[in-house]
Amino acid sequence: MIEIRWHGRGGQGAKTVSQILAGAALRRGHYVQAFPEYGPERSGAPVKAFTRLNTKEIRLHCSVYEPDIVVVLDPTLLHAKEVRVTEGLKRQGVLLVNTPHSPEEIRQQTGFMGKIITLDAEALARSVGARFSNVVMLGALARLLGDISLEDVEREFAQTFGEKALATNVAALRAGFSALEAPL
Amino acid sequence: MRLAVEHPNKLTLITGAEAAAHAMRQINPDVVPVYPITPQTPIIETFAQFVADGRCDSEIINVESEHSAMSAAVGASCAGARVMTATSSQGLALMLEIVYIAAAMRCPIVIAVGSRALSGPINIHCDHSDSMMARDAGCVQLFAENAQEAYDLMIIGQRLAEDRRVLVPVMVMQDGFTITHSAEPVALLPDEAVKEFVGEYEALYPLLDTDHPTTQGPFVLPDYYFELKRQQVDALEAARTVWLELQQDFAEMSGRRYEGFFEAYKLSDADYALVILSSTAGTAKVMIDRLRRKGVKVGLLKPWLFRPFPAKEIAQALEGKRAVAVLDRALSFGSWGPMYLEISAAIGRYLREKPVLYNYIYGLGGRDTPPDLIASVVTDMQSELDPTVLHYLGLRE
Repeated sequence: MIEIRWHGRGGQGAKTVSQILAGAALRRGHYVQAFPEYGPERSGAPVKAFTRLNTKEIRLHCSVYEPDIVVVLDPTLLHAKEVRVTEGLKRQGVLLVNTPHSPEEIRQQTGFMGKIITLDAEALARSVGARFSNVVMLGALARLLGDISLEDVEREFAQTFGEKALATNVAALRAGFSALEAPL
Repeated sequence: MRLAVEHPNKLTLITGAEAAAHAMRQINPDVVPVYPITPQTPIIETFAQFVADGRCDSEIINVESEHSAMSAAVGASCAGARVMTATSSQGLALMLEIVYIAAAMRCPIVIAVGSRALSGPINIHCDHSDSMMARDAGCVQLFAENAQEAYDLMIIGQRLAEDRRVLVPVMVMQDGFTITHSAEPVALLPDEAVKEFVGEYEALYPLLDTDHPTTQGPFVLPDYYFELKRQQVDALEAARTVWLELQQDFAEMSGRRYEGFFEAYKLSDADYALVILSSTAGTAKVMIDRLRRKGVKVGLLKPWLFRPFPAKEIAQALEGKRAVAVLDRALSFGSWGPMYLEISAAIGRYLREKPVLYNYIYGLGGRDTPPDLIASVVTDMQSELDPTVLHYLGLRE
């Protein structure tokens, strides 16, 4: 089983991408689960969402404590007091961060000794006219996971976004996907 | 980091709340009086979207409180309509006065419940204090482990409620947030199959049948009240039989079989047994698989039915176990957990050789219950912890 934890701020679409990834993985034949962590819902407050991918039915109905992958949608969360993005992240896991900084800089900041991958998703999002970087990060993660088809993600988009936002999000997805070199 | 693919598809990724709303759309009730409350709201929100999109033609009545929602439901049901609604927590508490009346007036209303802690302090997260508060109202109570069961039990529940041997409300519980807001793969049935399964509802004495006028809900004096209550007892007794009959029909229609009154997971040869309702039962299965690999013989009993309570069958399934731990997600202050009391009574009534019986309170107000925490219960049983005191799981003391 692969457990993914998404860190964002309320309104940045962490829950949305956690579900879109699950939907695309389901289309590939994986068993999946996606759920957000609910607190008092405030725009801008740190939020978490989770995606589980498995080859067998997922029976767990509890939170994720030791994720394989952590995706940080908002770089300001790296130094937020109320959240530690590397909490429980497996040593052999991956920290994927939206930031213009290098993995070395993020390592110094977080102390995480495993694999760190960074991309300036915000700049990429702007370059295609997208308001949020969540879908760029989703594209990058799809690249990392390998066995996620972009076409499947786009089919999920069609269920989530209106016609107007669809083209922008497809562009954002592909920008994120192309930003990374190869699957893990 | 690649995943091997092995299962056939045809599954839809939806939340438990959406799954319940799909069941409602396919059942297409005549009247749905609603009032929003977290975490139930996405059920009626999704359902309202279906109605707005013309995918079913129920009449939604937006009322000003849950008390009014259940009052409107009783009125519509007495008039002869098929009625469904949904609620949670304080909403169920406010509804409860009229839920007793719905049961006594034999209104087969299906109520979807997103389980949530009762205030105070105010908390929106899951526990079972709301449904346990309503356990004596005279409704059938069904508990779903996941989104798939939440969907299936709504459909089975509709037939169960409307069977003329039963005719009482059916509450279908799914865990708030953990299931209502968690997206999982669900196998939805074809609309036509569900429609055919639930059939047309024909009320016995519809108020709108003006050729055969009836009086409903009158004052009843000591000369008849007791007899009417006894009839409600019979209705809940009949629900056992009807539940078992429906399993066969449902299996033929859907290919999914709910066998008996509870799911027994690796239970028959187990030395130690856990009894758990709803979503935490799923987490327990993961822990059981891990412990089994280490040679610990542990199993699970997950009731689908809490009312009527399948006391005899549960006692028989627990016969010969060294120890049994009942995990309750609700308190009865000054006493023990509600399910423990049921099982303790069942074992006392039916078994000569009694397993050591433990009671744990867990998960109140949404406190998370991961597999390790459940495994600690098994360790407790192995080390013969004192069964004469109430235990708390995951509590800071």
